[in-house]
Amino acid sequence: MQRTFFKQGAEAKLERCTFYGKPCLVKERFRKQYRHAVLDKSLTTQRIKSEVRAMLRCRTNGIKTPTIFMVDMETNSIYMEYVEPSITVREFIADVQQNQAGDCPLLALAEQIGQIIGKAHQSNIIHGDLTTSNMLLAQKFQGDAQSTEKFTPADILQKNIQDLEVVLIDFGLTALEGTPEDKGVDLYVLERALLSTHPNTDHVFEAILMSYKKNNPRGAAEVVKKLDEVRLRGRKRTMVG
Amino acid sequence: MVIAIGFEGSANKLGIGIIKDGVVLSNPRHTYITPPGQGFLPKDTARHHREHALSVLQQALDEAKIKPQDIDVICYTKGPGMGAPLVSTALVARTVAQLWKKPIVAVNHCIGHIEMGRLITGSKNPTVLYVSGGNTQVIAYSERCYRIFGETIDIAVGNCLDRFARVLKLSNDPSPGYNIEQLAKQGQKYLELPYVVKGMDVSFSGLLSFIEEKAPELIEKGEYTPADMCFSLQETVFAMLIEITERAMAHCGSQEVLIVGGVGCNKRLQEMMGVMAEERGATLFATDERFCIDNGAMIAQAGWEMFRSGITTEMKDTTCTQRFRTDEVEVTWRK
Repeated sequence: MQRTFFKQGAEAKLERCTFYGKPCLVKERFRKQYRHAVLDKSLTTQRIKSEVRAMLRCRTNGIKTPTIFMVDMETNSIYMEYVEPSITVREFIADVQQNQAGDCPLLALAEQIGQIIGKAHQSNIIHGDLTTSNMLLAQKFQGDAQSTEKFTPADILQKNIQDLEVVLIDFGLTALEGTPEDKGVDLYVLERALLSTHPNTDHVFEAILMSYKKNNPRGAAEVVKKLDEVRLRGRKRTMVG
Repeated sequence: MVIAIGFEGSANKLGIGIIKDGVVLSNPRHTYITPPGQGFLPKDTARHHREHALSVLQQALDEAKIKPQDIDVICYTKGPGMGAPLVSTALVARTVAQLWKKPIVAVNHCIGHIEMGRLITGSKNPTVLYVSGGNTQVIAYSERCYRIFGETIDIAVGNCLDRFARVLKLSNDPSPGYNIEQLAKQGQKYLELPYVVKGMDVSFSGLLSFIEEKAPELIEKGEYTPADMCFSLQETVFAMLIEITERAMAHCGSQEVLIVGGVGCNKRLQEMMGVMAEERGATLFATDERFCIDNGAMIAQAGWEMFRSGITTEMKDTTCTQRFRTDEVEVTWRK
């Protein structure tokens, strides 16, 4: 298997290869030299397990994630589908903002994001690292020849947002069986990541929240209440020099 | 040429520093040290600052070899911090500003740390890990604002260390964190502790409750020594801090990392950050206890930057606030 370097993430090395003819991404959690060996081993094992479990649970609940091909606990590697063609939501928002394409595409995207997170939380999946880099936009699967057309990432940007779907990736910090508190923190992490990466997107987060409430009708009220509490804790916590 | 004097008293250190165009002329400091097992209370800390304000000011002027009339701008800490100590220090700044007829600038304490770190280390546009007794934040600059990418969602890392030092009744001289660091060097046996990273945020309160409850029992039984506990605590909380810093660096595509704040002078934290930076091909910038720990020069440096970009504070607005976030300040002095 010929492996080529793809990306150096914060906690893992990503390489590309083909797995029985399919485009594959290998996520290898290498040993972090800065942390104690016992802690490193325990975090790595725990995160690989919860990552794989969460991706499986997502797929059974109608949330798109890459397909897992294989897990190798010896080398701490997960072999998964390489979603192509795709761009990150981060690239998408930056592109929309740069071209001053208006709020429509952003609000349509927010609707989709809210839907996915709503569904995930309803199924007790806490992603734990919701950022715009951890969401991909890919062509919606049509089940016909059209979907096998080869696009480049640039083509994706030209597509109507309705023809694209959000694929959730990087479940390295995921927890299953979450309390409203955990879900609130999950949303808080997204809010902070969104606002710090993309200036002037307060209304986009509001739209995500609206859609979230629609898609998680049973739990949303309590989660949003917790979100407000967490916001308060973060922003108004007594900060002593 | 601009000479700035800075007054810092947001916590238990009273510092007055003088800076002349990026050169530290003087930076004396006096620390309020409480008995082992005790933290510092606002009222007593304010009294300490009032008692030492004039002697430290005189020392700052003498060491810098300048007269009050040579000073161009008075800078003081507006917040965040403890109310009473902040107010008692600001009072001195306001008084000398009126006596000497000089303009005054209100400075955000966290910005002071960042600007001092940038000045001393010469780093251009670093991802900043700001760790102290009251703050734990991962910060990066973009579009006229120091944006907070990650932070603690409950207590600060320094607070966590200080409070554990109280459990072990370690000395507060020179600081509880320093004594934990020294003791941790003898630690051998690693105890797994709750490790809580959520995205780029961290949480320490669960870990603190856990270790506060377990430590006395484990030490009594002889399973772990106090040194082992300090070692395990440091290894765990610092690994959390490095992880969120690395996440922020990966997120921003940053190749520089700067550690500031009182906990930033911990050598083990610097060492771990150095290893992480090297693995990423990035550069670590850190300073020592003179500039990491709260001091007057850092307030002077941030105030100097603000003053040169045209900012002064009206006397009627020279108030203090306990809550003052890093991202509330418009950074007018950087592109």
